[in-house]
Amino acid sequence: MIVELGHYALILALMVAVLQGVLPLIGASTRNWHWQSLARPAAIIQFVLVSLAYAALTYAFQENDFSVRYVAENSNTRLPTMYRFAAVWGGHEGSLLLWVEILAVWTVSVAIFSRQMPLAMVARVISVLGLISTGFLLFVLATSNPFERLFPVPLEGKDLNPLLQDPGLVIHPPMLYMGYVGFSVAFAFAIAALLAGRLDVAWARWSRPWTLVAWAFLTFGIGLGSWWAYTELGWGGWWFWDPVENASLMPWLVGTALIHSLMVTEKRGSFKAWTVLLAISAFSLSLLGTFLVRSGVLNSVHAFATDPTRGVFILIFLALVVGCSLTLFAWRAGSVSLGTKMIWISRESVLLSNSVLLVVATAAVLLGTLYPLVIDALNMGKLSVGPPYFNTVFVPLMVPVLFLMVLGVRARWRESTLQEWLHPLRRIGVASLLGGGVVALYFGWSWGVAAGMALGIWVILGTLEPAVERLRKPGKIPLSFFGMHCAHLGIAVMVIGVTLSKGYEVEKDVRIAAGDTVTLGDYSFELQRVTEVTGPNYVAKRAEVLVKRNGDTVANLFPEKRRYVSTAMPMTEAAIDTNLWRDLYVSLGEPLNNPAQEWSMRFYLKPFLLWIWLGVLMMVFGGLLAVTDKRYRRAVESRLAGAGVPA
Amino acid sequence: MRVRVCRHSATMRKIILIPLGLFVVLLVFLAIGLKRDPREIPSPLVNRPAPAFSLQTLQSGQGLFSPDSMRGKVWMLNVWATWCAACQQEHPVLVAFAREGLVPLVGLSYKEVQASDEPAGKPMNPEDKLAMARQRSLTWLRVKGDPYSLVAMDLDGRVGIDYGVYGVPETYVIDKNGVIRYKQIGAVTPALLEEKIRPLIQELNRS
Repeated sequence: MIVELGHYALILALMVAVLQGVLPLIGASTRNWHWQSLARPAAIIQFVLVSLAYAALTYAFQENDFSVRYVAENSNTRLPTMYRFAAVWGGHEGSLLLWVEILAVWTVSVAIFSRQMPLAMVARVISVLGLISTGFLLFVLATSNPFERLFPVPLEGKDLNPLLQDPGLVIHPPMLYMGYVGFSVAFAFAIAALLAGRLDVAWARWSRPWTLVAWAFLTFGIGLGSWWAYTELGWGGWWFWDPVENASLMPWLVGTALIHSLMVTEKRGSFKAWTVLLAISAFSLSLLGTFLVRSGVLNSVHAFATDPTRGVFILIFLALVVGCSLTLFAWRAGSVSLGTKMIWISRESVLLSNSVLLVVATAAVLLGTLYPLVIDALNMGKLSVGPPYFNTVFVPLMVPVLFLMVLGVRARWRESTLQEWLHPLRRIGVASLLGGGVVALYFGWSWGVAAGMALGIWVILGTLEPAVERLRKPGKIPLSFFGMHCAHLGIAVMVIGVTLSKGYEVEKDVRIAAGDTVTLGDYSFELQRVTEVTGPNYVAKRAEVLVKRNGDTVANLFPEKRRYVSTAMPMTEAAIDTNLWRDLYVSLGEPLNNPAQEWSMRFYLKPFLLWIWLGVLMMVFGGLLAVTDKRYRRAVESRLAGAGVPA
Repeated sequence: MRVRVCRHSATMRKIILIPLGLFVVLLVFLAIGLKRDPREIPSPLVNRPAPAFSLQTLQSGQGLFSPDSMRGKVWMLNVWATWCAACQQEHPVLVAFAREGLVPLVGLSYKEVQASDEPAGKPMNPEDKLAMARQRSLTWLRVKGDPYSLVAMDLDGRVGIDYGVYGVPETYVIDKNGVIRYKQIGAVTPALLEEKIRPLIQELNRS
């Protein structure tokens, strides 16, 4: 009964979405005030309906209603309660419902927090979001209905994919989707501005906080996914250039370019066409990511059940959304003024260079991700592009980005002279080169480490110095001032983490029996015993490893090899001891003989690995700090051009 | 020093069409890609002689089975196990196909007894393992129907390694000269049987 109500609510939501997508848009172009004012209530009603549907599915999971096919396939009675909430998005159908729900959350937020904007703009933005929602609701209802019943009703469900039974992964999809879907708001703003023919400063100012929040969520989501892969997959790696990881990285790179480009458009009135293109691209790449994951055209650890009709549906949707918006862009952007002439030595030129570099990096990732597909489509064979390609292409592109980051912070808007720009940077440059060299010499020389460290120190010093300078000056400093500094420092911290952990990680893959000891660096790992343990829905072999350093006990680690009862799927639970300076990582492999006296085990010593996650958190925090800026909440007249530049 | 640039030139118009053009190209590739299956992996074993082995069979007292004994016949080898979910799905298809008696279908029972089946800390000796595997497989086949002319027991999975088994189930078509002519990773579906396997077998039988 409740399940049917959920289904009906979803169908009603589709109808409301159609109204929301069409009427306010027509109202905005015909200046019909009544139709325009339908936008906000429609957004709220749609949010209520989608939430009802979402709640109904959650209820079905909590009640173990295995007459619902989706519940039977993704849950069972032994599944812990927390994972029964998470199981709602554990499969294809539910994760799409989550997507629609999050879109509704974003839309209703726009409806509520848009008091300072003219009604026509709000109507257009909410309409565009309504059209996107229409597409996704149609997709859910036509091809992936989570409320489908199952007869005969099974007594017991299967189980949530054991890979997903991890606290980190419980919140990874919602965070990632908050980011992905959040870019739909930036997209809707861009389309609304193109439709209105008003690509002005106000447009950039309105869309920037939304984009920042979406970016912060996406950053957090990607970070969580990466952390999960590190702790759960047992391979000791944290980024695998898997197609689905790439699908989340591409919108992030473009989104990063977008938040900077929006700032230039807001402050200087330039780069308008470029900013709009970035906004369209960021959301298009999110959609492309959905297509890649949901259609199964690429083989990936994330690929859910594949179904060609779903693929065709998303492809058509992708073609419509991106095709229409790029056509609109080609039609309207040509008449947008290029704004003021750009001077080579200025903050905007540096920001433009960096956003171009980020877009090139995105293109490189896109190429590597789709290359197997293209080669297959041309009948030239099957292949896969591995990490070597991505590392060789991606890393060199990030070097100038990091270098320019500091120059961008230092340069003034409009025009700087070479003298005042570069003079104070000489000391920082020398200090970072020296610092990089010293660190690399101290830990064991390598050019890669020296370069990575020099860049990290360069960004840290180059970011801190202007912040300290500002702190010395009198006057109250708004918190948002530190947003950029915090995020930039986060990048530097992450670069240092990546450099040192990659440069000095030690790894041993051994055959080991109880009582044996393995030595990595200063640490000795002793396998004490392997025992059998039983969890709520799994049985596991658990190894007890005693870690000592110079004779003192450092940690007791308990890596497990789990076997989930209902799916018989083996899972590795790595054991990690973390501190600021190093991670000790142990994962238990297979028994090597019978009776099991020897085991294959992997031991890693990864210096500074925590810094990667710290960096991610700092970026997220920085992004959120920047949103607190008061100017985003002030009512803005759309003609009030902040920099005095005619639109 | 502010110079306003307002060039609505033809070049600008062309430049802004580039994203649309690129997207159309991308779309074409995605559409073609949809029709392909990334899991269809060409096996290096196709058109190579089937690796030799000699294994105990499911029925005790039948002696050992080795692929050599199938020389002169077109036959199929199906890798399966009772613990494999996809095998259950595939099974009725195989039963119906075997009823036609077109070619002999040999089963390869792959790692039937898993480490987790063994009582904790007490590994089983190979004889017990074989007995357990036989008993489980026989019950399974009695309930679901038996499509196999015989089943070879690959308890430790060594033969599976020789055949490059990715996962269970897998199916091979082997010709009269003992050469692998086709390899299917994953469950055999009725469509696959009609479109690929049956025509291939008919062709091989004629030659």
